[in-house]
Amino acid sequence: MSKLVSLTMAEARKGLAAKDFTAVELVDAHIRQAEAARPLNAFVTETFEAARAQAAASDQRLAKGQAGAMEGLPIGMKDLFCTEGVRTTACSKILDNFVPPYESTVSANLKKAGAVVLGKTALDEFAMGSSNMTSAFGVVENPWKRASDPAARLVPGGSSGGSAAAVAARMVMGATGTDTGGSIRQPAAFCGITGIKPTYGRCSRWGVIAFASSLDQAGPMARTARDCAIMLGAMAGFDPKDSTSAPVPVPNFEAALTGDVRGLKVGIPREYRPEGLSAEIQALWDKGIALLQAAGATPVEISLPHTKYALPTYYIVAPAECSSNLARYDGLRYGRRVEGKSLDEMYAKSRAAGFGAEVRRRILIGTYVLSAGYYDAYYAKAQKVRRLIAEDFTKAFQTVDVILTPTAPSAAFGIGETDDNPVTMWLNDVFTIPTSLAGLPGLSLPGGLSADGLPLGLQLIGRPFDEETVLRVADVMEKAVGFDAVPALVEG
Amino acid sequence: MSLDKATVRTIANLARLEVRDDELDHLAGELSNIMTFVEQLAEVNTDGVQPMTSVAAMSLPRRADEVTDGNCRDKVLANAPEQQDGFFLVPKVVE
Amino acid sequence: MAYVIEGETGDWELVIGLEVHAQVTSKSKLFSGAATDFGAEPNTQVSLVDAAMPGMLPVINEKCVEQAVRTGLGLKAKINLTSVFARKNYFYADLPQGYQISQFEFPIVGEGEVILDMPDGSTRTVGIERLHLEQDAGKSLHDQHPSKSFIDLNRAGVSLMEIVSKPDMRSPEEAAAYVTKLRSILRYLGTCDGNMAEGSMRCDANVSVRKAGEPYRTRAEIKNVNSIRFLQQAIEYEARRQIDVYEDGGQVVQETRLWDSTKGETRSMRSKEQAHDYRYFPDPDLLPLVLEQAYVDEIKAGLPELPDEKKDRFIKDYGLSTYDAGVLVAEQANADFFEAVARGRDPKLACNWVMGDFAAAQNRLGRTIDDPVVSAADLGGLVDLIADNTISGRIAKEVFELMVDSGKAPAVIVEEKGLKQVTDTGAIEAAIDAVLAANPDKVADYKGGKDKLFGFFVGQVMKSTGGKANPALVNDILKAKLA
Repeated sequence: MSKLVSLTMAEARKGLAAKDFTAVELVDAHIRQAEAARPLNAFVTETFEAARAQAAASDQRLAKGQAGAMEGLPIGMKDLFCTEGVRTTACSKILDNFVPPYESTVSANLKKAGAVVLGKTALDEFAMGSSNMTSAFGVVENPWKRASDPAARLVPGGSSGGSAAAVAARMVMGATGTDTGGSIRQPAAFCGITGIKPTYGRCSRWGVIAFASSLDQAGPMARTARDCAIMLGAMAGFDPKDSTSAPVPVPNFEAALTGDVRGLKVGIPREYRPEGLSAEIQALWDKGIALLQAAGATPVEISLPHTKYALPTYYIVAPAECSSNLARYDGLRYGRRVEGKSLDEMYAKSRAAGFGAEVRRRILIGTYVLSAGYYDAYYAKAQKVRRLIAEDFTKAFQTVDVILTPTAPSAAFGIGETDDNPVTMWLNDVFTIPTSLAGLPGLSLPGGLSADGLPLGLQLIGRPFDEETVLRVADVMEKAVGFDAVPALVEG
Repeated sequence: MSLDKATVRTIANLARLEVRDDELDHLAGELSNIMTFVEQLAEVNTDGVQPMTSVAAMSLPRRADEVTDGNCRDKVLANAPEQQDGFFLVPKVVE
Repeated sequence: MAYVIEGETGDWELVIGLEVHAQVTSKSKLFSGAATDFGAEPNTQVSLVDAAMPGMLPVINEKCVEQAVRTGLGLKAKINLTSVFARKNYFYADLPQGYQISQFEFPIVGEGEVILDMPDGSTRTVGIERLHLEQDAGKSLHDQHPSKSFIDLNRAGVSLMEIVSKPDMRSPEEAAAYVTKLRSILRYLGTCDGNMAEGSMRCDANVSVRKAGEPYRTRAEIKNVNSIRFLQQAIEYEARRQIDVYEDGGQVVQETRLWDSTKGETRSMRSKEQAHDYRYFPDPDLLPLVLEQAYVDEIKAGLPELPDEKKDRFIKDYGLSTYDAGVLVAEQANADFFEAVARGRDPKLACNWVMGDFAAAQNRLGRTIDDPVVSAADLGGLVDLIADNTISGRIAKEVFELMVDSGKAPAVIVEEKGLKQVTDTGAIEAAIDAVLAANPDKVADYKGGKDKLFGFFVGQVMKSTGGKANPALVNDILKAKLA
């Protein structure tokens, strides 16, 4: 394995600038790693040839001193971002042949910054899932292994599981994710990497295949807080094509990493310590609190009283929006069509054949909660509770600067180890969903390994558009934790 | 809240999802289970609370009335399963 | 007198409410930058947003918002400073998103009113319930292929205003007057071209019947009415149908019915109706539309004089009848033409000419007011010639026809044809003497009390002078001679 794949983006950028290696060499090393790690199934579509050509172009720009912020850095693109001329599937059969004639704003921004895309990474179908098992293109495997059972294949989390696995396995230096209820943070935790869901409105949604429009937000996944800062800076920015895009300037996120958290008040919400939370997760959280305290921050116990209602709220709001957002997949203008005798039959057959079980289930739930006679009891009620949840955070941030919680209630689980009940699967997102409902920035960083050798994540939540504080705290914690474990696959 | 098979059939029709008869029982059970789970919201007092439709604390941006788009039929039709003479084709719609 | 339909069980009254879909005059669509021109090649005025490609997002057109506010103000309606776009979810071949972006709970415009000008000169006020902005759908063509429908999305996403009236109309004529007046107001405002033939204005009618004094009964919604004539026919047919249902002991069901103009009947669309549950919810891709009062005030300050105000002014300043004023203001261009003719002249005389011979010639020759048979200046010139006694009213009609035929100015025609009125009393006296001399018996009869014969003498004098004798002088001299 080439040493080049162990570099962080920040290190690689220095190496490129110092001409220690070329972008072509850097990209080639990652392509070789990606080929070696193909059994993980992290990529739906590889674009290695195009990547090599882009790397060559990057070298020319580097030589001319015209390098962008991510010049020559190999990344993965979640297959939810539409990429011009490159098949974009959302890991759904219904889009298995869809080639967008347009490029999403975020992926265009990254390309403009010089990032080199090695391919489209796998996800749960339409980003609905927490395991990557709902993908129509096969499960993605987590590069990490249980110490007690190295043969077991584990999930990478979801929905941005392909991105998380690719970053963890050093196939790419970073990857894009999208997060609707935890889809960046939970897989980052499961794969031992760092990922941030920025504030809603920070990254444009234009060209990102929609799941739940009021929640969807793109963000970076990488191996360090600094790399996330670099990548977020390239992805973010106001986009007049997205009416929910925030007209706020993009700060220099990297400059926010001062290493100083003294005097910062860190909220510790008591509701995130529910009965039955594993001792291992509690211990991890306590460790995180302790090391922030050691760095000069002050832990403050806070209350977010409506936390327990976040999950049911989310499972009304998200399916409702998805049932409407996915109505456009009707086999008429693009995507898979199954012929029928009538138009309605064509719709029903195309959609039944094109969507997997989890997507169908959410469409049905969403259709039901919006239907006549139920709207007020479910959808309107959920939107009211959503406000209460958001107000909990607003109140908390009157006294604290950032909030620390675990990212997920467990480490990565095995492929096929879950029960049939979809609600059990949804519990994976119990700590990440409140942040999504409130539209706040949330970051997951590796906090350590479980007794069984699997990564566990800690989550930092910030004020709206205060990704800087979140990244600054993450950078300090990252150094304090000293997480240097690598997945078995990378070691070997 | 439990959903019966007829309700599942109705919402599947609304959502244009073909469902086989032998799937109905399973789906009805699954969806009922989910609805029971979300129903705990009923216990939250939301009197006087305005529904939150967006977290973005801004008002709707407006664009100028200019023709800046369209005139790209090739792109519009590029992924069409069936097309002819510049139109999309579908099974005949009977009014 | 109230409009009623006689049934076997007594008189029935009609209750009508109208939903008018008016295409907003704008260059680009409501939520995309594609053009809105009528009649383009299929799918050429379609953006990736209109085609509902994955990940595409709507951004609202400021002009459409302004046009909706302008229309609301023109309808004397309440402008809602906060309104919300909602998705109306249903599947149809010409609805690419699988939902229509519309407004539901919180429309941009609230209650207002339209004053109807009835043919008898009376007026009636019809309440406006609301006006909201929404997207138009595309077009399905069913006659191009034996087993396929062809879909053209050029119209998909074009901005519409749905203007909903209160159920305040009681006859087909009132419904027609409502659409006519609404169209007139929209055209004055420049917010919709009102072209029903091109579908820029479409109308759905909610119709029910009841016995006098009863509360409202169940209504049916009639769709697909694309002319004012069809609207009246459809309402009449539907009212009769409902009366028959009741009188046969049945119940009218609330449903959507389609107007079939070839068969002249409405028919049930129940099969489609039952599946509809639109599942409206606020569109999460769009935020609430918030307007400043100052913005609304600015639009208000820029409103043109609208038909009702113009009508009042025409009655007050020009002394026109309610009916004449109503007809003249219906189209702004007609009103402007009239004012150009009337300016500095006798307005009633100008009105008579514009609404009389001029309108008749326009009709006869199929001309529009932008392409008049004679210019306002020439028509004004003709009125001047009458007013200063250069020609008589009767000769003026002749001159007018010659103006239409030749395009020449009235003074030129009068000069060329020697039509100038005879005001020379000597000449008129001679003509009168000749007439009296030729009719001694009638003179005797007149003097014996047959007053009616006066008209005969006038007629004879005019005939002998080729109509050019000044009628007032003829009267005076004749009276003196017969005294």
